[in-house]
Order: sequence, then structure tokens, then C-alpha cells
Amino acid sequence: MTEAAPAITALPERATPPPLQRASYLSRLLGRPLALAALLWLAIVVIGATFAGQLSSYDPLDQDLLSIKQTPSAEHLLGTDALGRDVLSRILHGGLASLFGVLQALVVVTLIGVPLGLTAGYFGGWWDRLVVQYVSLLQAIPVIVMLLSVLSIFGQSMTAAMVTLGVIGSAGVSRVVRSVTLAVREELYIAAARISGLSDARIIATHVLPRIFGPVVVQLALFACIAVIIQAGINFLGLGVPPPKPSWGGMVFEASASISDHPWLLVPTGGVLALTILAFGVLGDSLRDTAVETWAADGAARSIVARTPEPVTDIGAETVLALRDLEIVTGEATNPRKLVDRVSFDLKRGETLGVVGESGSGKTLTVLSLLGLLPAGTRVTAGRIRLDGETIDLTDERRLATLRGGRIGMIFQEPMAALDPCFTVGHHLAEVIRLHQGGSRSAVHQRVIDLLTQVRITDPEDVSRRYPHQISGGMAQRVGIARALAAEPKLLLADEPTTALDVTVQAEILELIRGLSASRNMAVVIVTHDWGVVADLCDRAMVLYQGRALETASVLDLFERPQHPYTKALLAANPHGATPGQPLPTIEDTLRAMAARGAA
Amino acid sequence: MSAPLLSVANLSVHFPQQRGKVFRALHDVSFDVHAGETVGLVGESGSGKTTIGRVILGMVPATAGRVTFAAEDITQASRARRRDLARQIQVVFQDPYGSLNPARTVGETLAEPLLSDAALTRADRNARIEDVLTRVGMPADTAERYPAQFSGGQRQRIAIARAVIARPRLVVCDEPVSALDLSVQAQVLNLLNELQKSMGLALLFISHDLTVVRHVSHRTLVLYKGEIVERGMTEQVHTAAQHTYTRALLAAAPVPDPTEQKRRREAWRQQRI
Repeated sequence: MTEAAPAITALPERATPPPLQRASYLSRLLGRPLALAALLWLAIVVIGATFAGQLSSYDPLDQDLLSIKQTPSAEHLLGTDALGRDVLSRILHGGLASLFGVLQALVVVTLIGVPLGLTAGYFGGWWDRLVVQYVSLLQAIPVIVMLLSVLSIFGQSMTAAMVTLGVIGSAGVSRVVRSVTLAVREELYIAAARISGLSDARIIATHVLPRIFGPVVVQLALFACIAVIIQAGINFLGLGVPPPKPSWGGMVFEASASISDHPWLLVPTGGVLALTILAFGVLGDSLRDTAVETWAADGAARSIVARTPEPVTDIGAETVLALRDLEIVTGEATNPRKLVDRVSFDLKRGETLGVVGESGSGKTLTVLSLLGLLPAGTRVTAGRIRLDGETIDLTDERRLATLRGGRIGMIFQEPMAALDPCFTVGHHLAEVIRLHQGGSRSAVHQRVIDLLTQVRITDPEDVSRRYPHQISGGMAQRVGIARALAAEPKLLLADEPTTALDVTVQAEILELIRGLSASRNMAVVIVTHDWGVVADLCDRAMVLYQGRALETASVLDLFERPQHPYTKALLAANPHGATPGQPLPTIEDTLRAMAARGAA
Repeated sequence: MSAPLLSVANLSVHFPQQRGKVFRALHDVSFDVHAGETVGLVGESGSGKTTIGRVILGMVPATAGRVTFAAEDITQASRARRRDLARQIQVVFQDPYGSLNPARTVGETLAEPLLSDAALTRADRNARIEDVLTRVGMPADTAERYPAQFSGGQRQRIAIARAVIARPRLVVCDEPVSALDLSVQAQVLNLLNELQKSMGLALLFISHDLTVVRHVSHRTLVLYKGEIVERGMTEQVHTAAQHTYTRALLAAAPVPDPTEQKRRREAWRQQRI
């Protein structure tokens, strides 16, 4: 039985997106409304503080005892304080000290924290241990006590206090920088750069720094926010800028003194402080997002709506599962891209179907959609299955969830990742057994041992007590199979179950799946890219290419009389039958040769 | 026979583990690679095949033994000497996603192996980048793009371009095609073969896949638990394997032919018991 789609000899090219003409970093940053607002606000504060004398006709120290505690008016735009001083003028004049202090602390933090964390994380060894000790020591110091001591020693010098804050704050920053550097250091491209002969300084500058820019800039922005608050706090205590000179913190103190009879006074100063802190935070996030968007790939997610399915009727008596017209798409609702296009198949009791294709062919998505397990960003737009005489719409994820681990079992490519490292093998299996069958503690345990025996584990009692990290990859896949079998499924879905395993282990797992399928009359759908696995395990196979089922046939027919040119080309690209030393026939080569022969 | 380009002699690598135990990743491994030759290194996970490559590249220190490259002992080469060697010994890693920095354009990445050559101007470097991209069959505007815009196979081509751009004499290929699709795998294997012939490269081809190694290698070494258990001309290893492990490995690999595979499965069952 061979159902071939109309022959195509030229396959659609996998499109490469055109190179994106990216605007400069600054113009992209300014394109973000939030970043623009934050920058505008900070610019207003800086300009206002710098040209305070020109912008306000009032002297910040000028008292006017005839007009105290006034609300905003044309004369005093933000009102006056308890001594009749103009609030706007005081905010403008106080800004410079505040911003300058924050800048000092920020520079110190950057100069100490970033290099310290970067070198500790990158070089490791004794230097790393030294830095970690030093950082722990600094973090043990209570900041406020330290700042108060410094202020008393250095005669209320704001600079001394802010430099001290920077030094202490550098501990937290260097800790974050160190941990992100540690992660980046292990990347393969760092090894590749070393092998390319780059110096450490160059690797740090070109490979490490751009990668850690995001977390670092966010960390520095957070620190700037804290610096604004601490700076205001010191002035609130009257220890930084000596009153009556204006400072934001000092003004909050003055406002607090008349909070009961003139609450307005707190609004302008508090507002300016809050907006400045917010601006630093927003700016940090925007700087990070703008830096990362150049090279990060993007994705989107969307939810779906279920419908009542039309029953599937055109099936034989032996059919355990029938899939009809599956369609999976990704992208915006207005501009969807089809990942799987009208795929259908039937599966008889005890039959093994191979779903073959290359990455991007939709083979894994097809199988995942049967359990409603599609990854974020993709969705089923059409498709029904008939299982046990019941037709289920594949867009109905809630209905599909009830099938999982029950009538349909599933095993995955990474057997170890499918097991929770916190629980024993026995616990994993018992969990599934209790959910589907229940029973007493000893009955469940007996069933666990029984299942482990069925997957040919020689010492099931011992293995059931082990944790996932204490077993090998092949053993983990056996446990995965045992878990899938717990509810006696009629159908087993296997997504590349042996790809991550060694070839000798693969042979054992394939033998196990074959044996279980035969003894339980269980149907199997196996997703694979390996023709050898198809030849070994499957009764029939379906070839997928870019979401379309090109051909479905018995494996004997498929290997000996492939109908579709792509199937022929894919079989020929396998190095198994090729002459060593000669170039392998690539898909394009084979298709071109066939087209030439067809034309002749 | 002329002196080998690379000679590994009595190499052992031990990794210290918890409670004073040591893991013997490699034990007394010796082999040569001659100029212009491909040597296949086959083994399963934990066999130590990747460790051999890493010792040659200076990423893992040798516990005992010697690595000689072009008559120079490089076992304990300093960082500075390694930087000079970089132009002669290069690498292609398995993972085409992890081995390219996503934040750097392809052109920036490809320029790196050339930076240590002070004689090259920026224009020379750009010309070499353009040339190598043509050689690996990538479009000319590749250099300005970021790795995220390319598929796995294309990225592996870029990684190969980086490995050969400085015209090295030896390239260590650590599972270069095992993350790739069959059609892409064929292209990359052809590319490696073609580059080897045209540039006279020596390749140390590390893989778990006997079929792939058979296709590209002149000689094959089989590694099992840190020791070389079989060595010889590739055809001989495949058709007349001496060691039981090699035979088990050959028997376990399924072939893309249902009738033949059925016969092999029976043979494998016999051998297993």
C-alpha cells in the first residue's frame, strides 16, 4: 500500500531571512517609548539642575515669611515651604548634588565591581577564591553604620559617603557579574576563541562583556536607584548637604515636619525622587533589551479555541488510531505559517509506524499534537483523531490531557531529562500507578517491580530505590518506557527514543520496544531521522517533508521501491551504501540528477 | 614513511573525583596522524574520544605521555605558545549552536583566527573571509549576519570556515555531523573531504558513528573505556574486525535495509547471549 503525493523534483528552498538592516544602538534605544521617557526625564533633571539659576527667579535660600506653606500658584509654580522658600527653585538647585552623588557612586561601583567579578569568574582559581572572600566581607558590613562613620570622620563630605557606598555596593555587583561570567565561560565559543589564539583580554572584551552586558546594566541601574534613595536618606538625616542649602532628602525632611498642616509639600519632592528612581530602572531594562534584540531570536505564543469534531468513519476494524487532516501553524493569526499540513495516518493494533523526516519536517509536532503537548508559539488549527471508537478534536487540549499516560503513553528523546532528579525511580512509577489504578501501598510497590521487570531490568528492587543520577542513560530510557506502560496504553508514542543513546544501548532499547509491542499487541508511533531505526523496528513508515506527508508505505516497499523523489534522495544521502572516498549524493544532487534523467 | 604531523605517545588522562578516587579517562593511548590524512576515532560515550581531542587542543592537561606536533613537544605548551599554534591546529565542535557567539557577527567570528597574524591588514582579512565563505558554500553577505539567522547545517559550515580560515595543518573534528540532519550531514562530510584534499589538511575525525567514520577516514581507531582496542585501515576494521568490542559495535548499528537488518538482528541476538 503506497500512497504517493504528486511527484515534485525541485524542493522548496529553506528560506534564509534577508540580513536585517539594523539601525544604530542609540536610535533603536530612542525608538522605545519607555526609554525615551526615562531619558527625557533624566535630561530635564540634569538641565534643570545645571541651569537652576536661570530657570528660577527665586533664590533657594530666600525666605518670604509672608507667603509660607503655599500651594502652587502662578507666582510659585510648586508652592512654598514652611519658611516661604520657593519649592521649585529648591528642587532645581538641590538636583545637582543628588545626581552628582549618584554618579560618583555609580562610577566607583562600575570601576571596582565589574572588573572584580569579571576576572574572578573568567580566571577562577585562587583569584576567584580571594575575590569571593573579599566580597563576603564587604557584604557583612552594615551600610548605614559605615556611611554614618565616614560622614563623621570626613566632616559631612557627600563625596566620601558616595565613594564608600560605591565600594560597598561593588560587592553585590561583582557577585552578579561573577556568576554570569561563570556561565558564559563554559560556552563552546569561548573555547573556540581560545583555540583561535585570542588573548584573554580580547576574549573578555569581545566575547564575555557583550554577553553579560544585560545583567550588568540592569544591576547597575538597580544600584543607581538604591544610591538615589540612600543619598536622599543621608540628607534627610541632615548629614550630607548642610541645611539650609537645598537637597532632595533635606526637603523630604522639611516636608515631613509640616506633614499634618501642609501635606502638599511632600508631593513635588517625593514625586521628583520617585520619577528619578523609576527612570533609572526603566533605562536599565531598555539598555539591556536594546542590546540583546540584535542577536536574540524571537518567538510568540497564542491560545486556541476548541470545536466539536466531525466523526472519523473511514476506518478499518483493526485500526486503533486514525489521524485525519492535521494542520499545525505558527506565527500571528493574520499571517500564519504552516508547520504541518493535512497529515493523516491509520495505525493497526500491534503495528509500528515510523515517522521519518529532517528537522523542521514537523515529525515531532505531529506526535506531540496527539497529546496536546505542542510547544509555545505553535497551535493546531485543524485535525481529528479517532481512538477507541471516539472522535476527538485535536484543538481540544483539555480533552487530550485526559488521554496522557492513560490510553496513550509517551517516551522522549532525553530519558534523563524526563525524570525528576529529586525522586527515586520507584516514586516516578508509583505516582503514575496511583493516578491511573490506585491500590494499596504494597500493591503499588508490587506493580512498580512488575513494570521494571517487564522492561528487563535485572534487579528491579535495587533500581526502584535509586535516583535518576545513579542510573545510566539506557536504564533511564527503560524506566521511561516502564512509566509509559503503567496504564496499559494501547498506543505508545516515541519521539527519537534512542537518538541520545549509544549504538549498543540503542539496539537493546529497540529490541525491548519490539518485544513489548508484540506481547501486548500495542501500536507504536516512532519519530526518527535514522533510516536504520526505521528498517529495524517499523512495519510501515511515513516520510514528512516541510509538514507534508510525501509517502506512506510498508518499510519493504519504502526501501526497495521509494515512490517519491525526496524519499529516494534522503535514502541516498545516507553514508551506509556510499563508496568511501567519493562525495555523498546530497538531496539536491539526487533530485537534480533525477530531473535531468526525466527531461532526457 | 615521513615523520607524522601529530604523534600521541602513551597518553593517559586521569580526572580526580570525590574521596580521593580518580577517573581514568584515557590510559596509555598512542597513535599518529600524518599530513593530509584523515584518522577516525570511534567510541561510545565515556570512551575518552573527546578527551583525546581536548588534550591535543590544550584544553585538558595530560596526566602522562606526550603529544608531539610537527616535531615539537606541545604537551605542556604555554598559553603564549598555544596562541601561536592556534593557526596550525583548529577545531570543529559538535554543537553548531554553542560554538558561535550569538552576539558577534559571523565576520567578526571568522576574523578571530587571523588576528594573531600581524602581517594581515583589515582588507586582507576581509578578502580571506570572503574567500573562505565561498569555499564552504555560504552566500557573500553571511559575514554581516548573526548566527541566529542560520540553520544548524549552515552554522556548522561557518564553524568549519573558522577552523580552516587560517590555513591550519590539523583540524580536530569532534562529532561534527552528529547534530545534523542526514541531507545536511552529507553536505558537511563532502565539504570536509573536499577541503582536506584541496588544502592538504590532516583531520582527526572523532565520532560515535562507524558508518560516518568509514566514509571519511583512511585509518580508524576504536576506543573503549579509555584504551585503543582496535586500529587499522578503515576497510579492514569494518570488514575484518579483530576485537569483540568492535564487532559488537558493528553488529549493533542498524542498517537502512529491512531484509538485511532482520538478518543482522538475528546475528546480534546470537552475539549478545
